[in-house]
Amino acid sequence: MNGQGIGQILIYVVLLIALGYPLGVYMARVYNDDDFATRGRFRWLGAIERGFFRAVRVDGFREQTWQAYGKVTLVFSSIFALFLYGILRLQGHLFLNPDHLPAVASHIALNTTASFITNTNWQYYGGEYTMSYLSQMAGLAVQNFVSAAVGMAVLAAVVRGIARRSRDEIGNFWRDLYRSLVYILLPLAIVLGVILMSQGVVQTFHAHATATTLQGAHQTIARGPAASQIAIKQLGTNGGGFYNSNSAVPFENPNGLSNFFELLAILLIPAAQVFMFGKMVGARRHAWMVFAAMFSIFAIGVAVNLPAEQHGSQVLRNSGVNITQSSAQSGGNMADKEIRFGQANSTLWTVATSDASNGSVNAGFDAQTPTGGAVPLVNLFLGEVVFGGVGSGLYGMFFYIIIAVFIAGLMVGRTPEWLGKKIEAREIKIAALGALFVPTMVLTLTAVAIVTHSGLASIYNQGVHGFTETLYAYDSQSNNNGSAFAGYGATSFSASLGTVAMLFGRFVPLLAALALGGSLAKKKIVPASAGTFRTDGGTFVVLLVAIIALTAGLMILPALTLGPIVEGLMH
Amino acid sequence: MKNVLASISAVVVITAFFGFAYPAVMTGFASVTFSNKAGGSLVDRNGEVRGSKLAAQQFTWPRYFHERPSGTAPAYNAGATTFLNLGPTNPDLAKLIASNAQAILKLEKPYNPGLTIHDIPVDAVVTSASGIDPDISPANAALQSRRVAAVRHLPLATVQKLIKENTDGRSLGFFGEPGVNVLELNLALDKLGGK
Repeated sequence: MNGQGIGQILIYVVLLIALGYPLGVYMARVYNDDDFATRGRFRWLGAIERGFFRAVRVDGFREQTWQAYGKVTLVFSSIFALFLYGILRLQGHLFLNPDHLPAVASHIALNTTASFITNTNWQYYGGEYTMSYLSQMAGLAVQNFVSAAVGMAVLAAVVRGIARRSRDEIGNFWRDLYRSLVYILLPLAIVLGVILMSQGVVQTFHAHATATTLQGAHQTIARGPAASQIAIKQLGTNGGGFYNSNSAVPFENPNGLSNFFELLAILLIPAAQVFMFGKMVGARRHAWMVFAAMFSIFAIGVAVNLPAEQHGSQVLRNSGVNITQSSAQSGGNMADKEIRFGQANSTLWTVATSDASNGSVNAGFDAQTPTGGAVPLVNLFLGEVVFGGVGSGLYGMFFYIIIAVFIAGLMVGRTPEWLGKKIEAREIKIAALGALFVPTMVLTLTAVAIVTHSGLASIYNQGVHGFTETLYAYDSQSNNNGSAFAGYGATSFSASLGTVAMLFGRFVPLLAALALGGSLAKKKIVPASAGTFRTDGGTFVVLLVAIIALTAGLMILPALTLGPIVEGLMH
Repeated sequence: MKNVLASISAVVVITAFFGFAYPAVMTGFASVTFSNKAGGSLVDRNGEVRGSKLAAQQFTWPRYFHERPSGTAPAYNAGATTFLNLGPTNPDLAKLIASNAQAILKLEKPYNPGLTIHDIPVDAVVTSASGIDPDISPANAALQSRRVAAVRHLPLATVQKLIKENTDGRSLGFFGEPGVNVLELNLALDKLGGK
């Protein structure tokens, strides 16, 4: 570790808060203000919004109960899934396919469809050599916008539920969806896309280029409309690469500056949503404490991964080659890492992408040291609540917050309260389901994949590391992350198992969160008393982090022992 | 049923805008403003495309600086990028590192007799993430400089100067890590040799 690397990490954190806070305040207005952009200079924006509601024939201003909101979320996602699957299967006969790629195989197309409608972006496909430009931009990139907007809409509805009292409704899906897309994601994507193009990210409809190398050989250079897609892939915590090696490929991420902006985009909206939550429910100090809890777990990840990778693996150290960091090299474990990122930026990305349910990578995870690779594995397993996916991260965190105030209530012997609402049996049941369903599914699916021949066939690195690959695959897909120990291969068995993981991993917590929002919206506010557990102080931060560690952390410990811990003890 | 119809209309409207209009406008903007970069940063010499500034290509001749190892098939395939994905305890990783190191020693030792395995920087023996990392570390370039100078009958100082000129520093002097762009360096060397 050196000062320069630490400096880059610190600047990152400072900018994340400096940009995230005002964005959060803006987002609170977007979701809360019925008259947003209907008067004054931006009247025309409001007119377009009404035009959209007319075009799809819905009343975007009619309030919905959580059940109605959840139903339309499911229907909308299902229709989009059918459409995406159709494009992938038919791309060979459709336009914008200059490299004449054939249809995507059915099990891969199904897995990819589930992957993109659930904001996972797990890649069993190889971007540049599987997907036509049409599939990339009209299929996958659209889902990058839409699946992100669905998550954001649901969060807005849940937060509204927390803020309201004695109400049955929590908002309107169509309006929340539209506003997430047009007022938040689109402007940010345009700005980021232009920045990325200026740094060298490709953006063209021309087919691949062919070069004659200096030694006279032919080289094929894959291109496409990438910058517009990468901007939203990062902002929407999607993560699916235009290229197979994702953000490690220079055409997606050409230098230190593009890397910095892409990294910032990974956590920007999830971090801003914490501040948005504080503003919408009128509990800014509480929001800062939630931010502090998230940030502590983030910082632990950086503090474990960076030294482990800089120290390198046993094999590298024994080989005798020079892995010492100096002004002439970043050193450390450079396997499946890029020179222009080195260790500090590879670590920062590894932690951010696994905390945020983003899943894009600028370095290979399979080749990381046992300790280094355990960091994203654990981050995923915590349920993507450390900033987490856009929308899904914070509503996932709400489950843990409910459990935390419940435990605090048990300790002092009082009915737990959160933000003035009494937390009763129904809320606790919902929170327990939301928090425990996905980790249970991860362990179950991993067990299925590890005891069946069909499951074992996907493993690339044999032995203990193969177990970690398997665990990571279902950890990542169930938590809708999408990063991988990428040696783990696609078979029709693993693709189907993954499809199940992604769909249930997305929609069970999503519906649980809506139910929670609906339940809290009905409640009255009880005034805080001397016995109320305060959720706006340091004690709450410690309790929340401890609850996350005890719930998900303990659940993964046995599996962690079989994988990274044993591997770390080998040799 | 009302939800289904609304969803179908929404899919059409949203795809038309975010799937076609948005990327088309972005591409149009890129082709005017950043046409070379948006087209893949291709390197043109005398009307012929010789590669991309952003993609490694195969160099085996002793007169050239060599790239980092690549995990793609064939190596440096800029049409199908991939990680190598060898785990930290995979026996193949140890074998790969050893054989890459031996090959480097065999290649460089005639020009650099005191060279040992401890002088080989790690990036020269392990694959990059993309398989087409266009850069090598400054340490890796320094290691290869004696060979290139000797084969080309150039003073070592000239080669070192070219390395310096073709080193991409950190962005804005701060972000990322410095690297030497191998294709640009080799092109600069060829230009020098042509004089």
